[in-house]
Amino acid sequence: MSEPEAMKKTTYREAVREALRDALLRDERVFLMGEDVGHYGGCYAVSKGLLEEFGPERIRDTPLSELGFVGAGIGSALGGMRPIVEIMTVNFSLLALDQILNNAATLLHMSGGQFNVPLVIRMATGAGKQLAAQHAHSLEGWLAHIPGLRVLTPATLEDARGMLWTALEDPDPVLIFENNTLYNMEGTLPENAGPVDIATARVRRPGRDLTIITYGASLFKALEAAETLAREGIEAEVIDLRSLRPLDDATYLSSIAKTHRALIVDEDWRSGSLAAEISARIMEQAFYELDLPVARLCSAEVPIPYARHMEEAALPQAEKIVAIAKGMMSHG
Amino acid sequence: MSSEDEGTRLTRLLRSMLLIRRFEEKAAEMYSAMKIRGFLHLYIGEEAVAVGVMEALTPEDAVVATYREHGQALARGMSTQAIMAEMYGKLEGCCRGRGGSMHLFNVATRFYGGNAIVGGGMPLAVGLALADKMRGQARVTCCFFGDGAVAEGAFHESMNLASLWKLPVLFICENNLYAMGTALRYTQAVRDLAAKGASYGVAAAAVDGMDVLAVEQAAKTAADHVRRGNGPYFLECRTYRFRPHSMFDTELYRTKDEVETWKPRDPIILLTRHMEDRGLLDEPTLAKLEREVAAEIEAAVAFAEAGTWEAVEDLTRFVHSEKGAS
Amino acid sequence: MAEFKMPSLGADMEEGTLVEWLIQPGERVKRGDIVAAVETQKGLFEIESFEDGILGEPQVSPGQTVPVGTVLAMIQADGAPSPSEESPPPASEQQGTEPSATTQAPVVAAIPVPAPSQRIAASPAARRRAAELGLDLAGIQGSGPDGAIQLSDVEQAARPASGEAPPHAVLTPSSASREGMRQAIAAAMSRANREIPHYYLETDIDLSRALLWLEEENRKRPIRERILPAALLLKAVAKALAAVPELNGYWLDNRLQASVAIHIGFAISLRDGGLITPAIHNVDQLNLSELMKAMADLIERTRANRLRGSEMTDATVTVTNLGDLGVKTVFGVIYPPQVALVGFGRITERPWAENGMLGVRRCVTATLAADHRASDGHRGGQFLAALDRFLQTPDDL
Repeated sequence: MSEPEAMKKTTYREAVREALRDALLRDERVFLMGEDVGHYGGCYAVSKGLLEEFGPERIRDTPLSELGFVGAGIGSALGGMRPIVEIMTVNFSLLALDQILNNAATLLHMSGGQFNVPLVIRMATGAGKQLAAQHAHSLEGWLAHIPGLRVLTPATLEDARGMLWTALEDPDPVLIFENNTLYNMEGTLPENAGPVDIATARVRRPGRDLTIITYGASLFKALEAAETLAREGIEAEVIDLRSLRPLDDATYLSSIAKTHRALIVDEDWRSGSLAAEISARIMEQAFYELDLPVARLCSAEVPIPYARHMEEAALPQAEKIVAIAKGMMSHG
Repeated sequence: MSSEDEGTRLTRLLRSMLLIRRFEEKAAEMYSAMKIRGFLHLYIGEEAVAVGVMEALTPEDAVVATYREHGQALARGMSTQAIMAEMYGKLEGCCRGRGGSMHLFNVATRFYGGNAIVGGGMPLAVGLALADKMRGQARVTCCFFGDGAVAEGAFHESMNLASLWKLPVLFICENNLYAMGTALRYTQAVRDLAAKGASYGVAAAAVDGMDVLAVEQAAKTAADHVRRGNGPYFLECRTYRFRPHSMFDTELYRTKDEVETWKPRDPIILLTRHMEDRGLLDEPTLAKLEREVAAEIEAAVAFAEAGTWEAVEDLTRFVHSEKGAS
Repeated sequence: MAEFKMPSLGADMEEGTLVEWLIQPGERVKRGDIVAAVETQKGLFEIESFEDGILGEPQVSPGQTVPVGTVLAMIQADGAPSPSEESPPPASEQQGTEPSATTQAPVVAAIPVPAPSQRIAASPAARRRAAELGLDLAGIQGSGPDGAIQLSDVEQAARPASGEAPPHAVLTPSSASREGMRQAIAAAMSRANREIPHYYLETDIDLSRALLWLEEENRKRPIRERILPAALLLKAVAKALAAVPELNGYWLDNRLQASVAIHIGFAISLRDGGLITPAIHNVDQLNLSELMKAMADLIERTRANRLRGSEMTDATVTVTNLGDLGVKTVFGVIYPPQVALVGFGRITERPWAENGMLGVRRCVTATLAADHRASDGHRGGQFLAALDRFLQTPDDL
């Protein structure tokens, strides 16, 4: 028997900060660059205190030039550094999409394997804080469309703490999406928490009746729904994708082989989405396991509105998950 | 390099420009014969810029190029054979035939690619220079771009970042007066491009881009400035392309007369005359140069013709690295 | 000798129209000289020579449109022989003026639209399971959205034969449709025929002694407690099975799982055409009175739709008695996963030779259909011999 691990109370924000500190201490080539990461302490206070500890060279404030500093991150990665570029929100990353797609994701293949780009880009994503239609979308599915990238969505404290270093060790560009509603999430982590794998999905709650496939902040809505469903005798299996590219097909397919029912919960819009991709993969690879059509719960196809009740109505919620799951279980 | 006499040095520059000129003429021929496909953007007329600027760089420096980059790649010393094979789409090409004319890359010469997004290479150059500065390496990153790129946000963001962080970037603007087929006067409110560099606090100058010796001199001044840790430098090289933008371009946007008025400023003619005036070049030497260049290009074509096609099974190789991080 | 061709100036250029020759035949051309003007969809191009030499006779005239790669003229290198013999034929008028084949829109044939079929709504998982069981979806009632057949519906339909139902499920003949029952039988029998290598043995058994004994016995009993010959046969089967256990049990996971308990599936035909084979449990341990009571109870409950699920599913062997219908010999199909079926025909008086004497005896033809994976004919023969033996000593039954 091993010693019980010493645990400490922490938050998602602190877990990310701890991961940043750890990376900066481990490897002198690592530096953090982005808008307000230094003197301001990070838009979401993630990097608070790091400027004092590591100095302005390694905690580098940038002008509001997403295209420029993401491109500079790519260049510095080509030049031997291990940059962590922070973009304030996924909506702003659109200004840098040219660099992400046309350079970061493309250079290795286009150069016949000569130039790899060991770059990590972190950004906040998601709605839920009444930030309205230019700060609150979930576009990680778009970026997961691009070959050459890895796209990660840490939902748990363990992943917030552990995914960054593994991403930095990857020789190619990795995008990490941190849902903005998770930063205040409290919990405990082992004192010696460290790197985690970034390739597999996880079953966060086992169940026999239906499979709920989700990621990011929607994971907690799915778990809440599963709790409610369990009280009514429906056992939902909840899967946290963790990596949107590549997708770990095996984990959700083997769950569906058991439950024969799948519900995908994704805060992104429905049309042409990651939820659509997963649904197609289930159809391609597990068609004869299905006892019902794959169901999807995504955000309403509207720009995310400001007013709280409207924002809540636009997003997947636990009650909606429960209702869909019960509908799926009402037959056979 | 320092011990090289003037005649040898100028002959080397002339040979380098001739190689680009003849190489591109051959490329146009092979394009017409459908050996080369995709887009083919010829540098003919602009040779003095690449050849002059490269004189100011060392092998340790980095180059970020445009999509009209055969001249930049050849002047940097990349293999004629590997470039021709790349344009043929052959495995023996510098990028296994995956990049083609617009995307020549080479680790050995730190040639970070032809970039076909106008201005797209500029932030990369800033990042390469940032890495050098953070790692304490006294190297220069030379970034080529055209007058069209000056309208891109990437230009302005890169100028500002490089100046703000005093990064060792040598910005080389190849101003050939046309962004594809639209003249500068239709796209820029302020057409003094060097002034745009200066507005970011970047040291800036403009030079006659048809005169290889003037370019060389200006580039050396600029590179020295950068190398001494003074931050970036913006050098506008005023040049002209004699050929259409790409092969399939009827040049509706400029007159033949305009092209003809630039022809006497052909950089090869200018250097040849300069050398002849000083008794540094005679007809047999020029003929010998042409023969050498022709032989090198014939060898490149033969190499490309004999090349092989990458196995289709390798299509998905290098989407991700095959080696771990280092 | 070199060919001066219509050049390809872009991947999207497929043809060009010669507008004019800018150099006349016989004139000298140098590499890089403009030789002709060509009209394309992008406008007018001046096209250059990549050769030095003398321009030959034009093979394409101004106004002609030709595909990329078409020879426009030959260029004779300095000092080379005359081109007259080597020239390819001039481009024909057709080639010049008609659009090339590659630019023609493909002819799309009308595709006949098949009449919509009466497609059955069934989930993929249900379809796969039904195929495994050999069930036809047409006979299965769906309980899913819009009546779609789901996995559970297929399992339900297959249950009488599958042996995989949960032990306490209650199944009554009316809970599945008649059609469904037919389908379930179809599935089970198809599977049996597909999977089970049957062998058949037959013997005639003299029941004279047994029936005499039974008549004697019944005389002592109230009418309601009288024993039917069928009970006698069942009990004898149970005892014979105890002697040859390879015939009692299941073939599962590619091996025989012989059963200690002897639950005999007893085929009961329903009045409206269905057939059910509920099990009488532990037949070997029942005396004839108990067995008779069990049979009566089973028949009554079957007809009243009150069977327990376990009775539907846990038979270890089946006995089919078609004597009522006058059938002489039963060649049965085994219910998978069981490994044997015992058949009885009608009890009739037959001429019977014994000890050199011909007499008339009441006889029955007993048959054994058995799974050759689980047993072989030798053991099957021993079973029928034991059956005969037990029926000759009825007071031991």
